Amino acid sequence: MNRMSYVELKDIRVSYDNTTDILKDLNLSIEKGELVSLLGPSGCGKTTTLRVIAGLIEPNDGEFLVDQKELTKVPVHKRDFGMVFQSYALFPHLTIMENVAFGLKLRKEKKSTIEKKVKDILAITGLEALADRYPKQLSGGQRQRVALARALVIEPKLLLLDEPLSNLDAKLRVAMRIEIKRIQSQLGITSVFVTHDQEECFSISDRVAVMNKGVIEQFDTPEEIYKNPKTEFVARFIGFENFFELTPIEDGKYKAVDGTAFLCTRNRETGKQTGTIRPDDIDIVASTEANATNIVSGVVKVRTFLGKAYQYEVETPIGSLLVNEADDEVYQVGDAVTLSIPAQKLIIV
Amino acid sequence: MRKNVGLNIIAAIVFAFLLIPLFIIVITSFGTNSTIQFPIKGFTFEWYSKVFSNASFMDSFVLSLEVAFIGTLLAVLVGVPAAYSLARHGVFGRNWVKSFFLSPTIVPGLVVGYALYQFIVIQFQFPIIQGLLLGHFLICLPYVIRVVGSTIEQLDFSIEEVSWTLGCTKLQAFIKIVLPNITSGIFAAFMLAFINSFNNIPVSQFLSGPGVTMLPTNLMNYIEYNYDPSVSALSVILMLGTIVLMFIIEKTLGLASIS
Repeated sequence: MNRMSYVELKDIRVSYDNTTDILKDLNLSIEKGELVSLLGPSGCGKTTTLRVIAGLIEPNDGEFLVDQKELTKVPVHKRDFGMVFQSYALFPHLTIMENVAFGLKLRKEKKSTIEKKVKDILAITGLEALADRYPKQLSGGQRQRVALARALVIEPKLLLLDEPLSNLDAKLRVAMRIEIKRIQSQLGITSVFVTHDQEECFSISDRVAVMNKGVIEQFDTPEEIYKNPKTEFVARFIGFENFFELTPIEDGKYKAVDGTAFLCTRNRETGKQTGTIRPDDIDIVASTEANATNIVSGVVKVRTFLGKAYQYEVETPIGSLLVNEADDEVYQVGDAVTLSIPAQKLIIV
Repeated sequence: MRKNVGLNIIAAIVFAFLLIPLFIIVITSFGTNSTIQFPIKGFTFEWYSKVFSNASFMDSFVLSLEVAFIGTLLAVLVGVPAAYSLARHGVFGRNWVKSFFLSPTIVPGLVVGYALYQFIVIQFQFPIIQGLLLGHFLICLPYVIRVVGSTIEQLDFSIEEVSWTLGCTKLQAFIKIVLPNITSGIFAAFMLAFINSFNNIPVSQFLSGPGVTMLPTNLMNYIEYNYDPSVSALSVILMLGTIVLMFIIEKTLGLASIS
């Protein structure tokens, strides 16, 4: 199937002082109805990307298109995008109803139309009972929903969410992200979601763009990113903690610094030489004969209790490895252990 | 909690020094003596009626009110947009411009008055009333920029951004979103600038001319030749006016936020 891209960022470059680029030739295309997340640590350029899309920042170079129309130079107020800010940014002097109706009134819609649309969106977001209150009378979660309703009621071409959940407590955050996903798919609205929280991002997105230093490192479905990170940065960001040098020998076969052979079932183009695996995926096994493939032996240096498991830091000839192991058998610091690194879990980045 | 007795005594003394003279003025304004004396001998409202029947006092009072009101209004009209752009835009040398705007509150009033005299009266030969208005406008402006500026800085910038995304032009956003949220600041700035302009002596002294006298100047001239309690009565009236204004400011914004 030939996928049609609805939103397109082409070679976007943003620089405030023309010496350091905040975004470097960034390319991104988003399909209609999709929820795409921009994920990355602070300072990676994800919010800048969102603000370029919103029109709050004009890029130094590049093009921005929605539905084949070039919007790079179109000012914010003519773009028809709904935006939800981290601080919610509700208008303090207006009631919830007036906050939500604000965008429609600017569009000079008929009074009866405005009333109906506002009523509908308040129903969808579960805010009917609060219509006459002022923002300061609401809780964080309620304000969040008002901000969402206000952005959605104008039937925007695009919904932009800038870390909308980061000011909520953990429980509410989970509830709200389900809510956002529900409303987003119910209305079928193309959305861009900025976050630094991996779990939040994976649970809500159709596709995720992992960003680092103004560059998109990988743009894929959450499953693909979780299972097959393409770069070391992405791997580190999503919880791969063990990295060791590997030299390719032949297709699917590698050699570690101490000569141990490793098989890897997930082929990557050659030339890259770092093997990585999550602490959860390494097993401590009964000792086997020397020089077995995907097996290293080492000594426990540190043991940490994680609750459902223990984490061991094991010193091995290929480097120090972190291993999470259930508590059926507890090893002591100084114990010699043998580690199995399964070929299907080992990733070359 | 243990109370610090020494500190309380010092505080009481300071309060006494500040308040007793005012208290004495209030008392003397009701005295029957023909000069200001304390304690008073009898009780009368005569001096108050004398103030209200004194055409010179009344004229200068009205003039002072008019000049202060118009000067402050002009300062608000110019100062609010100026404060907004100083707070929101990376104007070149923004901090420098800010200090410049605040300089009349730091430079001695006499110097400001003299400078304005040189500029407005000598150099450009403005008519007296326009000159007074211009002078008072200039001494009001820093208060407006400072008070309104700090209110704007406390306002979450993203509410403006969100209004743009909803379809507001920058001007619409300023009118529909920024202004309604800084009204208390504007109001407080207006009051503060008004009081300051009304009480100002150096600028009025330098800029007024024949036949045009502002109330504070008039009051000083009067004391020079007459030492009767009508001056006390007028002072009491002015104090009451100031107290009312301060009360309104306190109710709308809180005095703490403008100091």
